[in-house]
Amino acid sequence: MSDDKTDDKTDANESARPAEERNLEAAKDRTGTGSGVEQAAPDQSPENVPAPTGEVRSVGERRGMFGTSGTGDTSGYGGLVSATVFPAPSQKPYGGWFDEVSDALEARLEATDLMSAIESVVVHRGEITFHVRREDLPFVGQMLRDDEALRFELCSGVSGVHYPDDTGRELHAVYHLTSMTHNRRIRVEVTAPDSDPHIPSLVSIYPTLDWHERETFDMFGLIFDGHPALTRVLMPDDWPGHPQRKDYPLGGIPVEYKGGSIPPPDQRRSYN
Amino acid sequence: MSTDTSQQQDFYAAPGDTSQGRVFTVTGQDWDSITQSIGDAAEERVVVNMGPQHPSTHGVLRLILELEGETVTEARCGIGYLHTGIEKNMEYRSWVQGTTFCTRMDYLSPFYNEMAYVLGVERLLDIEDDIPEKAEVMRVLLMELNRISSHLVCIATGGMEIGALTVMTIGFRERELVLDLFELITGLRMNHAFIRPGGVAQDLPPGALDEIRDFIVLMKKRLPEYAALCNANPIFKGRLDGVGHLDLAGCLALGMTGPVLRSTGYAWDLRKTQPYSGYEDYDFEVQTWDTCDSYGRFRIRLNEMWESLKIVEQAVDRLAGLEGAPVMVGDKKIAWPSQLSIGSDGMGNSLDHIRHIMGESMEALIHHFKLVTEGFRVPAGQAYVPIESPRGELGAHVVSDGGTRPFRAHFRDPSFTNLQATSVMSEGGMVADVIVAIASIDPVMGGVDR
Repeated sequence: MSDDKTDDKTDANESARPAEERNLEAAKDRTGTGSGVEQAAPDQSPENVPAPTGEVRSVGERRGMFGTSGTGDTSGYGGLVSATVFPAPSQKPYGGWFDEVSDALEARLEATDLMSAIESVVVHRGEITFHVRREDLPFVGQMLRDDEALRFELCSGVSGVHYPDDTGRELHAVYHLTSMTHNRRIRVEVTAPDSDPHIPSLVSIYPTLDWHERETFDMFGLIFDGHPALTRVLMPDDWPGHPQRKDYPLGGIPVEYKGGSIPPPDQRRSYN
Repeated sequence: MSTDTSQQQDFYAAPGDTSQGRVFTVTGQDWDSITQSIGDAAEERVVVNMGPQHPSTHGVLRLILELEGETVTEARCGIGYLHTGIEKNMEYRSWVQGTTFCTRMDYLSPFYNEMAYVLGVERLLDIEDDIPEKAEVMRVLLMELNRISSHLVCIATGGMEIGALTVMTIGFRERELVLDLFELITGLRMNHAFIRPGGVAQDLPPGALDEIRDFIVLMKKRLPEYAALCNANPIFKGRLDGVGHLDLAGCLALGMTGPVLRSTGYAWDLRKTQPYSGYEDYDFEVQTWDTCDSYGRFRIRLNEMWESLKIVEQAVDRLAGLEGAPVMVGDKKIAWPSQLSIGSDGMGNSLDHIRHIMGESMEALIHHFKLVTEGFRVPAGQAYVPIESPRGELGAHVVSDGGTRPFRAHFRDPSFTNLQATSVMSEGGMVADVIVAIASIDPVMGGVDR
């Protein structure tokens, strides 16, 4: 359904639309909210229409319901396909101090001609996430720490996440920053493709990231350029592979119990 | 060692590839032959491996020290000896089962691990405001009891490492009392998996409040013993004063939190600055010290135990007025279907519930089966909720893709972060002070390596 139709809702239009669409709308009006998944639907009341520039990306999909494939599933749910959609980018105003932080950040970026450093901003469940272009990460990090209006003095480390189906940006590095001065907390997210797993190191700005970056390298194979000694920290030095990646198996051996054999957890049939 | 021995078959390690210097392997009763073989080379710098199996390195921490005489010129940590892949394992279990895994990370403060994870899950589920009051108070009660037991172990092992064995024996004596309370309430002394998404696993058993009140009375008599033994003890002060110095700028750069940060005089405590689980309703003070050293951290821990006792007292009073109140969120799509009970072999489904689902209600049986085998789904997104553990900021970065299992759960463990300060705290000092400095960080290797 196109945009102009959503705007003029005459009775004639109302009756012309399929019944299930009207039901959906009615349900929306009752609850007044919609999750990120529902916002992706094409026809919605104006207050629920997602931000126009916000790109909703599906990062993978789940099929079926009971973890089986092929003919094993006789439940009738085998054909079910649901997309994995993470919360969509938000639009200003974000509310509360989120706007102060993002305005201060943008003002500084504008002054240095780096407006494109922030790819998107996601506000979800009361937390704000800045998606930062990876080549601009050191600059943004320095500014977040030093700017008077920002002052994120404490970095709580970096956590890697591997999204194998998020093509072109499979590896995410997620930083959590705290401003003790202003008592605020933000999240900075940077992505890198599997084919080029490089992210600039922030150790020179936040020395605490030394071991955290080593751990993320160890677990995901993300290479932090500029780290003083990027070696494994938890796994043995000669360990092959990066265990927290989704393509790395959990491992384990079948366990026998009272004559039965129980497969390791990652090979068991389980809900998905 | 000569190259011959290093090429011997070793089932656990490939031949080492040490390219420079001589490697001495000390196996015991061979000191004379080693000192003789060093000969003139004694002037060289000496690199000593301390650990990973050394009684005073808090579990399996390996320290690599470069010495000049008795002075440490460089200190580095080798960690990872206790890496168990808990974060990876959690990706293959349901959201509720996750608590069973993360409770085992930092084994001295299991309730904090559970709490950080559970708060993250609850934020993603958007049920933060629906947690019953009694569950929140019970969480606070358990966490503060846990803070006492954790600080007791820190003080006890820290004392033992400098030869103050009495501090160790009385520390573990009191900790045992706390563990008895845990056993009474959760059925287990450690690894409780008691705090669950939506609330806590079950209600307080009868008589628990009286036991806790008795414990408070006893602790008020026992806690002054630590002060009497240590606070002004010249040997104790001589070992701790000025050791492991780290100022505020150093703390912030290295991401230090908890007692180490507060020993610089900065009153940063997440229970006050970013309250969670209703901490804003309790009356307590943030403890600080201004010496930036191990002694200050010891005094902070001692004082924090008093503050925790204050919070426990208030929580007990509140719980007395909440008898029979729910301890799990009302949403039956999240709450564990059965009321659990503690039997002789730990916690399990209550027999009344089994009778109900097996004999009376088919729907209840289906619901139970679905929720236990499949679990609930958590909307896609990510959350990071930090809490103030006895060691500092413990946060769980929880990512969901909308499924029944965590897509990723990462723990920002304070021990892991704080252990990075080993070099700064001990370089330039004596070997013996390395132990004191590390004890003042209070690292728990289960949390460091996860």
